[in-house]
Amino acid sequence: MTALTSTPNNLRTALMAGSIALAMVGMGFASVPLYRIFCQVTGFGGTTMRISEAEAATVQAVNKTIVVRFDANMRGLPWEFKPERPTETVTIGARDMTIFLAKNLSDHPVTGTATFNVSPAQAGQYFSKVQCFCFTEQTLKPGQQLRMPVVYYVDPKILDDPDTKDVEEITLSYTFYPVDEPGKGS
Amino acid sequence: MTTIAAHPTDHHDHAHDDHKPSFFARWFMSTNHKDIGTLYLIFAIFAGVIGGLISGLMRLELAEPGIQYLTSWASMMKGSGASLDEAYHMWNVLITAHGLIMVFFMVMPAIIGGFGNWFVPLMIGAPDMAFPRMNNISFWLTAVAFIMLLGSTFVPGGTGLGAGTGWTVYAPLSTSGSVGPAVDMAIFSLHLAGAASILGAVNFITTIFNMRAPGMTLHKMPLFVWSVLVTAFLLLLSLPVLAAAITMLLVDRNFGGAFFDAAGGGDPVLYQHLFWFFGHPEVYIMILPGFGIISQIVATFSRKPVFGYLGMAYAMVAIGVVGFVVWAHHMYTTGMSVEVKMYFTAATMVIAVPTGIKIFSWIATMWGGSLSFKTPMVWALGFIFMFTVGGVTGVVLANGGVDDNLHDTYYVVAHFHYVLSLGAVFALFAGFYYWFGKMSGRMLNEFLGHLHFWVFFVGVNMLFFPMHFLGQQGMPRRYPDYPDAFAHWNEIASYGYAVLGVGVLIFFVNVFWSLAAGRKAEGNYWGEGATTLEWTLSSPPPFHQFETLPVIK
Repeated sequence: MTALTSTPNNLRTALMAGSIALAMVGMGFASVPLYRIFCQVTGFGGTTMRISEAEAATVQAVNKTIVVRFDANMRGLPWEFKPERPTETVTIGARDMTIFLAKNLSDHPVTGTATFNVSPAQAGQYFSKVQCFCFTEQTLKPGQQLRMPVVYYVDPKILDDPDTKDVEEITLSYTFYPVDEPGKGS
Repeated sequence: MTTIAAHPTDHHDHAHDDHKPSFFARWFMSTNHKDIGTLYLIFAIFAGVIGGLISGLMRLELAEPGIQYLTSWASMMKGSGASLDEAYHMWNVLITAHGLIMVFFMVMPAIIGGFGNWFVPLMIGAPDMAFPRMNNISFWLTAVAFIMLLGSTFVPGGTGLGAGTGWTVYAPLSTSGSVGPAVDMAIFSLHLAGAASILGAVNFITTIFNMRAPGMTLHKMPLFVWSVLVTAFLLLLSLPVLAAAITMLLVDRNFGGAFFDAAGGGDPVLYQHLFWFFGHPEVYIMILPGFGIISQIVATFSRKPVFGYLGMAYAMVAIGVVGFVVWAHHMYTTGMSVEVKMYFTAATMVIAVPTGIKIFSWIATMWGGSLSFKTPMVWALGFIFMFTVGGVTGVVLANGGVDDNLHDTYYVVAHFHYVLSLGAVFALFAGFYYWFGKMSGRMLNEFLGHLHFWVFFVGVNMLFFPMHFLGQQGMPRRYPDYPDAFAHWNEIASYGYAVLGVGVLIFFVNVFWSLAAGRKAEGNYWGEGATTLEWTLSSPPPFHQFETLPVIK
């Protein structure tokens, strides 16, 4: 090998090493959608399940109840946002509907969007929502009140999982954020 | 390690080979691996002094309960009276700067850029690095990155001046929590330092794979070269992920992104996953070259080849590989399920096996050897003792259940300072005392070297050992204040810092005295135990070495 010049051999090794680095940059960015899919599939970190009507129809109720607690939060919205009832005792496997109430207290229309989560996190994969208002933008006119339904059931498989079979209460939490939040971060 | 019998080439008939460029061209446009190595070492010492002084400010504030100095420092930075919140922000800036400087601008430039550049080409019998000009870019990118980070201290970063995010730059504190350009500058500084390290890694991989002297197979390479090779791959695989993660931070901060913002469907925990996917290999990046240095030194001063050479080399490979699948042990408290914790606990503990192989082999190398306790050997022994202490507390913290209790306490601070401040830094000093004569042509003073070791050893242990107690009693990290109950051990830790500072002063006295009046170093001043190729050359080596490649039998 000659000394200080880059021989083709060196260049090839360097290009291979460089492409490994580039591939890892790609992996870094690809992790964002991959992580989302991972959470949706496994219920990781309390991600709830979206279930279609057809799938929901196949679930059999069992003779056991569980307490579901509803939690409503806002950040930076001139709204009132609360569940109609704070808790419900539901039969595991049976479909239930609850209502969240949102009211715009300001004198101008405001658009918000909600994120959601359940606690304990391990119960996320057994909390199946048939209908909800997750991530859809809601615009409320001044003084307008909106009833937002969530149709859900607790999957009976929760009783077979050693991590969750002793869970007696699940909290479903919604947080509303304003859309087009100005000046975030800088 | 295989004993290497080299045919040293006679460089002294070729006086023109040693022709050096003018001062500016030599040091500012350098393409010579030895000069770039020297630049890296000077840079790292400079950055280390700054990072060390910052930790001095922290120990001063922590010496007793209450806020003593922070408010006046914050006022000094601001130029007018600072509020208590601005003083607290100042604290965050200090811990952030200390962490980032020590990791990215002290340990990494010294151990990879400094010793790696100096000795990888020498040890494999190469005339220089594969891409000398890329080497130059790496160094100057690192220097600019450092200036960028220091500059961020003078611009607004949210509550006060500077980036106060911790070295982990967790969202949302680093996104919506830190308004102002300081965090952007710090992130950009990390981009530059990361790019520099990736280029350096490409350079090392190419050099080690393609430019070994005839007969030097991979399994005959000195262990230091092995350690740099593994480290280069870790850099190549982990740093781009950090670059991606902090780029997403920039998007979230400035361009309305929501990668880590729950309001837009993002997840701040994803940032932690990405960060630690980089961050855990990063700790091995800092310690593996240290392992390599210690292997060379222990073999030299035992006058024996390293025990279990192949086991030593592949233990480092194993540490590197397993290091990529344990990252979430930094995140036990983010709400993981028991199964996930069990996996990360078990995988983390597996790393103790190859690490144990290394400790065992160093001891076995010394066993029955003809030991001489010269300064580098004393530092190497200190490394082995202290790194083992840090390794043991690491196994304690690896337990998901135990970590729930100890997470973010001073126990963790004690742990990672034992493996870094007493591990990586001891390896750096060991390497410095081992190779200083080779690099400068002057021997360091043995007495001052030993004195430096003992003062420093007492200082760091006084500084960091009490932190185990503080952590177990529940003192959280990253706070400038604490209840009176923690006062006793904090006071002792601060005294320990003062002792350590005296040790560092002795080091500088030694370096400057030796450069001016030290004994001239001969080619192989450590004698028969030093068998690697750099010892076949003069001290300092000629400006261009190995024009005729050495042949390894």
